Amino acid sequence: MKRIKDMFKKRQRAGQAALIPFVTCGDPDLETTVELVLIMEESGADLVELGLPFSDPLADGPTIQAASQRALENGMNTDRFLEAVEAIRRRSRIPLVLMGYYNNILQYGLERFAKAASQVGIDGTIIPDLPLEEATEWRRVASAHGIANILLTAPTTPPERASRIARASRGFLYHVSVTGITGARTELPKEVTGSIAALKETSPVPVCVGFGVATPEQVSMLSQVADGVIVGSALVKRIEAGIGSGKKAIVSEVAKFVSALKEGVSRA
Amino acid sequence: MSRKNWPDRQGHFGMFGGRYVPETLMPALFELTEAYTQAKRDPSFKQELSAILKDYVGRPTPLYEAKRLGEALGGIRVFLKREDLTHTGAHKINNTIGQVLLAKRMGKRRIIAETGAGQHGVATATAAALFGLECAVYMGRKDTVRQAMNVFRMELTGAKVIPVDSGTQTLKDAINEAIRDWVTNVRDTHYIIGSVVGPHPYPLMVRDFQSVIGREARTQVKRATGRLPDVVIACVGGGSNAMGIFYPFVKDGGVAMYGVEAAGHGLDTDHHSATLTCGTPGVLHGTMSYLLQDRWGQIKGAHSVAPGLDYPGVGPEHSFLKDTGRVEYVAVDDGEALDGFRLLSETEGIIPALESSHAVAYLKKLAPSLDKGSIVVLNLSGRGDKDVETVSKIFDS
Repeated sequence: MKRIKDMFKKRQRAGQAALIPFVTCGDPDLETTVELVLIMEESGADLVELGLPFSDPLADGPTIQAASQRALENGMNTDRFLEAVEAIRRRSRIPLVLMGYYNNILQYGLERFAKAASQVGIDGTIIPDLPLEEATEWRRVASAHGIANILLTAPTTPPERASRIARASRGFLYHVSVTGITGARTELPKEVTGSIAALKETSPVPVCVGFGVATPEQVSMLSQVADGVIVGSALVKRIEAGIGSGKKAIVSEVAKFVSALKEGVSRA
Repeated sequence: MSRKNWPDRQGHFGMFGGRYVPETLMPALFELTEAYTQAKRDPSFKQELSAILKDYVGRPTPLYEAKRLGEALGGIRVFLKREDLTHTGAHKINNTIGQVLLAKRMGKRRIIAETGAGQHGVATATAAALFGLECAVYMGRKDTVRQAMNVFRMELTGAKVIPVDSGTQTLKDAINEAIRDWVTNVRDTHYIIGSVVGPHPYPLMVRDFQSVIGREARTQVKRATGRLPDVVIACVGGGSNAMGIFYPFVKDGGVAMYGVEAAGHGLDTDHHSATLTCGTPGVLHGTMSYLLQDRWGQIKGAHSVAPGLDYPGVGPEHSFLKDTGRVEYVAVDDGEALDGFRLLSETEGIIPALESSHAVAYLKKLAPSLDKGSIVVLNLSGRGDKDVETVSKIFDS
């Protein structure tokens, strides 16, 4: 939790939004994931979201569905996820947030997972199928182990509810830019900047935006209002495209893309 | 068991149920809960629904005493609740008519649904056609092949059938895809879930719409025999026909109830759909319930010769009724179900759906332990026309 707080403070002092890339852990394999996180940090990432793959990811579009499937086929599971985090932590202090579905955490055991995750250095969780009303138990367990449970708001969330969600969210608030599932989009809804500005008025935690963000231009536009911008599918697509050409090619392609996104943040 | 009425306000049946969905859908679920609660209290809604159920669906369906079957099973009295005689041939239509009426009330112009066997898809397409609403049905690619006739029926009634290529290409993946569509189009679209599964208020609402089966059956069996039955039996996939017939009998302590799951190739294999018999609690498709899953919480593929039972989850209220002990959940395998299919066809001239054949098959196993003259109500949830091709191939091989 502290690593997340410190990072946002630093970004605020620098007057810049945080850049938050997402990759699916174990896509295409664990070793590559570890390398990718390290190179993304070098290229300007401020926090990394690591996807814990689930067999039935109902909030995800085709890109992340396919990445989850690849990872699962390569033997990905919760223990290996934690091992990957441990390997990253030996070489980096970048804040790491798990993005995953509730059932995987539930089956591991809430208490057991929180303890293990905090030991290896997970700073937070984003669980898209655990809305405010169902999150009470996990919020309690997570916070007892110093893990921030990050809640989401959507374009369909009414203002009064959004401010309740913001108050219950730890680390930051994740605003979903579009009414829909994850996936790169060429255009984002016009209302999104207004929604973020409104959320920032009531949210006690930084407000980050994700879903659909695919280009440095979009990052630049969103960085003017949001405290952080999340890019997932556009990055995962580049990993997918590089799979035939080997780990080195994937790592250098991702480094290039994250650097370009970072320039988008700086231009804002 | 507690006397409290389940579910609670957040849709929990004890530890089961709830709303485990992306935030985008939460406001829509609140709106739906509110709209449904109001409709339930509105006499004009009830009136419109019962008029359609009577004149269009063909309710009340008969409760028919299957005397030759009863004799063949050692002298018990078997009453079949004839949901197979409804319009479109299965109980699914009770729910889709109710939900389309509700969608219309809520001003939604588009309907989506998932389907496995195609029965719920057909029932949804039918109800949408009746009210002139746009309709899209998600169906696993594999199911579109093995249930080609139902694909054609949906298309005839004006629905668009969208094959799903992700995952196992069956019902589970069709639900994922329908939820993704709903997350994207939630403002003008109503999602008609076909069973007592999914996030609150679906398990409650679908149970209520299907309870007409049990209410009728309870009255009919008392009229025919002067008393309540000893046993009620129904097959369970997601569990809507079972919930529909069980619910009005839950408070009748003397009525034993059996939910029959699909044991597929056998419970000791990985090819079955016996969620309550072999599964463990977890979260899938917006609800906490028993699931078929591995130790990491990844969902396993299900199998049954009956495509309507081919689902690795089950309605949360069934999980609750299992844990409280009110209903006993059992399983019969593909071979036993096929015997049940043949038994009812031969003794009564009624060809049951493969799903309902599981209930017949379990009755055959249970019968020797019942006293002569025992009264059994069995929910014949659908007719077997859709299955004759599949079955003839199996019998020929």
